[in-house]
Amino acid sequence: MPPLLSVYNLKTYFHTYRGLVKAVDGVSFDINEKEIVGVVGESGCGKSVSMLSVLQLISSPPGEIVDGKVIFEGQDLLQYQPKGETMSSIRGARIAMIFQEPMTSLNPVLTIGRQLTEGLEVHLSMNPQSARERVVELLRLVGIPDAKGRLDAYPHQFSGGMRQRVMIAMALSCNPRILIADEPTTAVDVTTQAQLLELMQDMVVRFKTSLVIVTHNLGVVARYAERIYVMYSGRIVESGLADDIFLNPLHPYTIGLLKCVPQLGETRKERKLVPIQGLPPNLINMPSSCAFLPRCDRARDICRQKPWPSLELIEGQHYVACFRDGPETP
Amino acid sequence: MNQENPGNVIEIKNLRMYFPITRGLLRRRVGEIKAVDDVSFAIKKNETLGLVGESGCGKTTTGRCILRLYKPTAGEIRFNGTDISGMNENRLRLFRSNMGAIFQDPYGSLNPRQTARTIVGMPLIVHGMNDKRQQNNRVEELFKLVGLDASMMTRVPHEFSGGQRQRLGIARALACQPALIICDEPVSALDVSIQAQIINLLEELQEKLGLTYLFIAHDLSVVQHISNRVAVMYLGRIIEIANSRELYENPLHPYTKALLSAVPVPNPVIERKRTRTVLKGEVPSPAAPPPGCHFNPRCNLATPDCAESSPELRDTGNGHQVACFKVQA
Ligand SMILES: Nc1ncnc2c1ncn2[C@@H]1O[C@H](COP(=O)(O)OP(=O)(O)OP(=O)(O)O)[C@@H](O)[C@H]1O
Ligand SMILES: Nc1ncnc2c1ncn2[C@@H]1O[C@H](COP(=O)(O)OP(=O)(O)OP(=O)(O)O)[C@@H](O)[C@H]1O
Ligand SMILES: [Mg+2]
Ligand SMILES: [Mg+2]
Repeated sequence: MPPLLSVYNLKTYFHTYRGLVKAVDGVSFDINEKEIVGVVGESGCGKSVSMLSVLQLISSPPGEIVDGKVIFEGQDLLQYQPKGETMSSIRGARIAMIFQEPMTSLNPVLTIGRQLTEGLEVHLSMNPQSARERVVELLRLVGIPDAKGRLDAYPHQFSGGMRQRVMIAMALSCNPRILIADEPTTAVDVTTQAQLLELMQDMVVRFKTSLVIVTHNLGVVARYAERIYVMYSGRIVESGLADDIFLNPLHPYTIGLLKCVPQLGETRKERKLVPIQGLPPNLINMPSSCAFLPRCDRARDICRQKPWPSLELIEGQHYVACFRDGPETP
Repeated sequence: MNQENPGNVIEIKNLRMYFPITRGLLRRRVGEIKAVDDVSFAIKKNETLGLVGESGCGKTTTGRCILRLYKPTAGEIRFNGTDISGMNENRLRLFRSNMGAIFQDPYGSLNPRQTARTIVGMPLIVHGMNDKRQQNNRVEELFKLVGLDASMMTRVPHEFSGGQRQRLGIARALACQPALIICDEPVSALDVSIQAQIINLLEELQEKLGLTYLFIAHDLSVVQHISNRVAVMYLGRIIEIANSRELYENPLHPYTKALLSAVPVPNPVIERKRTRTVLKGEVPSPAAPPPGCHFNPRCNLATPDCAESSPELRDTGNGHQVACFKVQA
């Protein structure tokens, strides 16, 4: 079965007064049906811009999708106008997105009930009565107590965790094929984070939806994702099943990341953290060689001479973009 | 001077910090937030005590009371044996130079118009080092200590990266050779690779200078990594304290168990084996905490008597303390 969503060689640049920012520079990834995929990487590596590009939510200027294909259900979404009818019918209804700060996505002057029924009436042509019934059912599903009584409440009357639940209900309301959650739990406490992630996991199984979790938290992807993409400096440097990435990481950046996060259950006596030296690049006027090179402890001559290598299949579904010595067992 | 336990740099007893809730033009007092409510703990020299808990549970307030940025409502704060809880500003100066503080947002806590040299040198001036050359030498020494290049001394904060700014904050905290440093979410705003650099720096400095830390954070993995002992707070109270390893292997309080279970570890094999307990509901408002044990409405072990009175911290052996009626010890 072909993937539900295939992104090929996506390039999204920003024209800024300081220079051209190649925020996403040749990114390819697939999302299969009913799959939970994690996208990880440090701040500024291009995770959000990649996802926003899929939905053509890049403001232009300064942004521009300069190249690539976004194949969803057999069609290239990039051929459609960002503000056109086709993209509007896909956004929210077929591919839904949940953002880090729910207040930016919820309209503060509309009641929760109104915001949720609107999508159903527009996208699914439901009449107000059945839309309302469906919304009550959705809110109940995501764990809002007294759902019927809360329909006329405004977003500010909900706690942060509750608002994020409303966002999940809203995202799922039109039965999307893909739910993209961009740092869905960064602003909430750890027990609320656990509640929300468990909820999302339950919901995507129930709604037969694919889920993309974008995060910098390696623990979250280890717990929930089946497949993982690791991004660095606007590119994917490694991808594979969760076990490939965590048990057999091959890119020096992935290896470095895993060495610098503390793991619950280990104290400093048992494992010293090993930081990655240096800083991430600022993405302006990048050289053509591997962007991780200045920080890499395994750099070789070939890394300086050749342009950034593309992703190469190692085994199974495990890909890495690095001039390594080749697999240990050929 | 009442020296209770000479090994303790800091010892707080029955600390309470209540903030008034006021209403209307006349700021009529209509209630109070018990941000810190009967908290006691001690930290030995060269030890790190971690303080964890969810937003609003009173971690920062506890730290600010120790620094005497707040005058506590009640309780004792003994610094090297001397109670500073009611001390006036004049006498406090002497003690203040013995305490440093590092905050979450290095940017917000640094004056954007001052040069790095002025920022780091300021505490020296405040505490009476007037000789310019002495000041400069000390600032240079501090830069080296925290791994910043001396050539950066003339820069202003926005010319530093997030990690470098945090180093600047650490240099400033170390300026007067404090014995105790309150670290309030010092790495929460940083990316993981920079976070590891700062954690390592704090650990190295502790060994080199014999520092004592109160390490406040909500990231349990980080706290457990850096701390010798960990205290868990819930709505203004400490509900469990134990050795870092012991807390992970043998958590006793139902809240601690849920908190640990909520933290995912970066290893899918371990994750598949873990049982996940998802807490019901949310943390109640600190302005109206549930009666009795504050955790009882969300607790799966709670019985009606848990809402009647609140459990005290009691020792279950090896310094492992827990405040729960249902835990057998
Ligand atoms: N509107 C914009 N103008 C200029 N540059 C931008 C704009 N939006 C994003 N960028 C740049 O694109 C790069 C990628 O940003 P993106 O938001 O995708 O990062 P991210 O991986 O989501 O990071 P985070 O974890 O902090 O959310 C960054 O360097 C950012 O500065
Ligand atoms: N100056 C103040 N005046 C009134 N209330 C305050 C003040 N400082 C804190 N509080 C309240 O006291 C409680 C504890 O706050 P505190 O900042 O200590 O929590 P915290 O554990 O540090 O939380 P976080 O993890 O969000 O930093 C909160 O309910 C807070 O709103
Ligand atoms: Mg982002
Ligand atoms: Mg705080």
